[in-house]
Amino acid sequence: MLKRTIYSLAIVALIAGCSSGTKLNDTPVVDRSGGAGQGSSGAASGVAPVTIDPNAATAQGPVGVARIVYFDYDSYTLKPEYQSLIDGHARFLKANPQRRISIEGHTDERGGREYNLALGQKRSEAVRRALNLLGISDNQVEAVSFGKEKPAVSGSGESVWAQNRRAEITYR
Amino acid sequence: MAASPLVPALAQFRVEVSGVGLTQLPIALAPFKGQDASPQKISAIVQADLERSGQFRGVDASGQALDEASRPDLTLWRQRTADSLVVGSVTKLADGRFDVRFRLWDVVRGQDLGGQSYTVPQADLRLASHRIADYVYEKLTGEKGIFSTRIAYVTKGGSRYSLWVADADGENAQAALASPEPIISPVWSSNGSQLAYVSFESRKPVVYVHNVASGQRRLLANFRGSNSAPAWAPDGNSLAVTLSRDGGSQLYTIAASGGEPRRLTQSSSIDTEPTYSADGSTIYFVSDRGGAPQIYKMGANGGSPTRVTFSGSYNISPSVSGDGRWLAYISRVGGAFKLHVMELATGNVTAITDTTADENPSFAPNSKLIVYATQLGGREALMTTTLDGKIKARLAGQAGDIREPDWGPFQKQ
Repeated sequence: MLKRTIYSLAIVALIAGCSSGTKLNDTPVVDRSGGAGQGSSGAASGVAPVTIDPNAATAQGPVGVARIVYFDYDSYTLKPEYQSLIDGHARFLKANPQRRISIEGHTDERGGREYNLALGQKRSEAVRRALNLLGISDNQVEAVSFGKEKPAVSGSGESVWAQNRRAEITYR
Repeated sequence: MAASPLVPALAQFRVEVSGVGLTQLPIALAPFKGQDASPQKISAIVQADLERSGQFRGVDASGQALDEASRPDLTLWRQRTADSLVVGSVTKLADGRFDVRFRLWDVVRGQDLGGQSYTVPQADLRLASHRIADYVYEKLTGEKGIFSTRIAYVTKGGSRYSLWVADADGENAQAALASPEPIISPVWSSNGSQLAYVSFESRKPVVYVHNVASGQRRLLANFRGSNSAPAWAPDGNSLAVTLSRDGGSQLYTIAASGGEPRRLTQSSSIDTEPTYSADGSTIYFVSDRGGAPQIYKMGANGGSPTRVTFSGSYNISPSVSGDGRWLAYISRVGGAFKLHVMELATGNVTAITDTTADENPSFAPNSKLIVYATQLGGREALMTTTLDGKIKARLAGQAGDIREPDWGPFQKQ
């Protein structure tokens, strides 16, 4: 086997050697390097990196009032058991009209990122509307969504998913 | 890159072809003359590109390097059952750049099919190799190659999110953005210079437009509520986005330079994931107006939508091929999320994967391949597939989970 390889290598070398003097005139090699774009370094494929520093601060809300509302699968209906939680935040926001909250909707990991973002938005807006009903204006409330990007608990299975289908109230 | 490492590109990805094509053209890639001293093995990169397309089969090309200047003995290559042969050379120039040349031979007919040369910095040796693969692919199949295009994707490693730009073979990944908060939905502008994406760095989803070469980024949509799902109009002058500023997730267009958005849909349901047809006349999007998420289409200026998907109760993430013939999307089938391809003219739908958590398909600009995210062995991974699902290649990463691929346009040459 080895012998044969060496033998065929020798043939290739021989042939390459024989033909090396032949000139190719029919089709010229075309220079296509002129079109290279300008990266950060002159390389056409250059990419300049950007880094974002982590900084996140959340302020205090009402003491003793929970901040998380959970939802059923594929649902954005606010369950009645959360009415006292909503009442507590509404009272606090009324008493502190300078305070602002963000309601962050979240979903479990199943399905697409963008569609889950829209589902999470439905959840945060359900909480926002419940606050609106208690007289809290949208000036104090912003409803946003993280979709499935920020699970409270990692992993899979219904018990995990149930903890991730939620809306969180964050004071600013 | 200014300081090019001698070790080429973190080998972040690996290609595993896991299918058999029906007709594959046998091609030999002889070692390029001077390749042993080159930081990139040109012939190996070209061969891997061609094989990943599913349309080529590499044949044994071991032996002495052959350059483009001399006529090879084609009898020998016929014996090796090659139909085509690529020969070439790579030479380091005095200024540090490299001169790459190649020539393609039709072994059967004994014809010279032409060649090209590129003078490139070391960092673009892979790019030059991909351009050779594009040349060969187009000469032999009649279709434009996509090997010199780029793919954007996002990785999550611990609590760090990175937006990457990589060659279409997944190699040569370069970080465009690093953030402690999620990044989703990157999409290339049609000229390949900018990415739009959704970043959560300000504790809510906002849409940025990012010049890849300079790193300059600007806020495109940062309205009250959530801002997401950017899609470039093919002319590059505007984008469609999903905004919740008026309540609910609705579609808007916004000038690429920013400014006041114009509302496209008026529904009390979820309308999101807009994407333009290549001619810019139609927007495909997802809506749950019928009670469950389905794909609809409408004119690019809005108007009354027509439903496109009818089977299944969860159809999302539409992507239309550049030739307008195909719609790729994700459909939930019995709890699994699977990549489907619809032939738009007939409405015929095929599920083309065996995986169960597929996401976010994106067509190669020649409409011949799709890149998508999925889960393999509990990790997020990127795959490419032919439209019939027969040839799949895994772009396997080492560091963290990989997601949200978007295949960029043809590069200017």
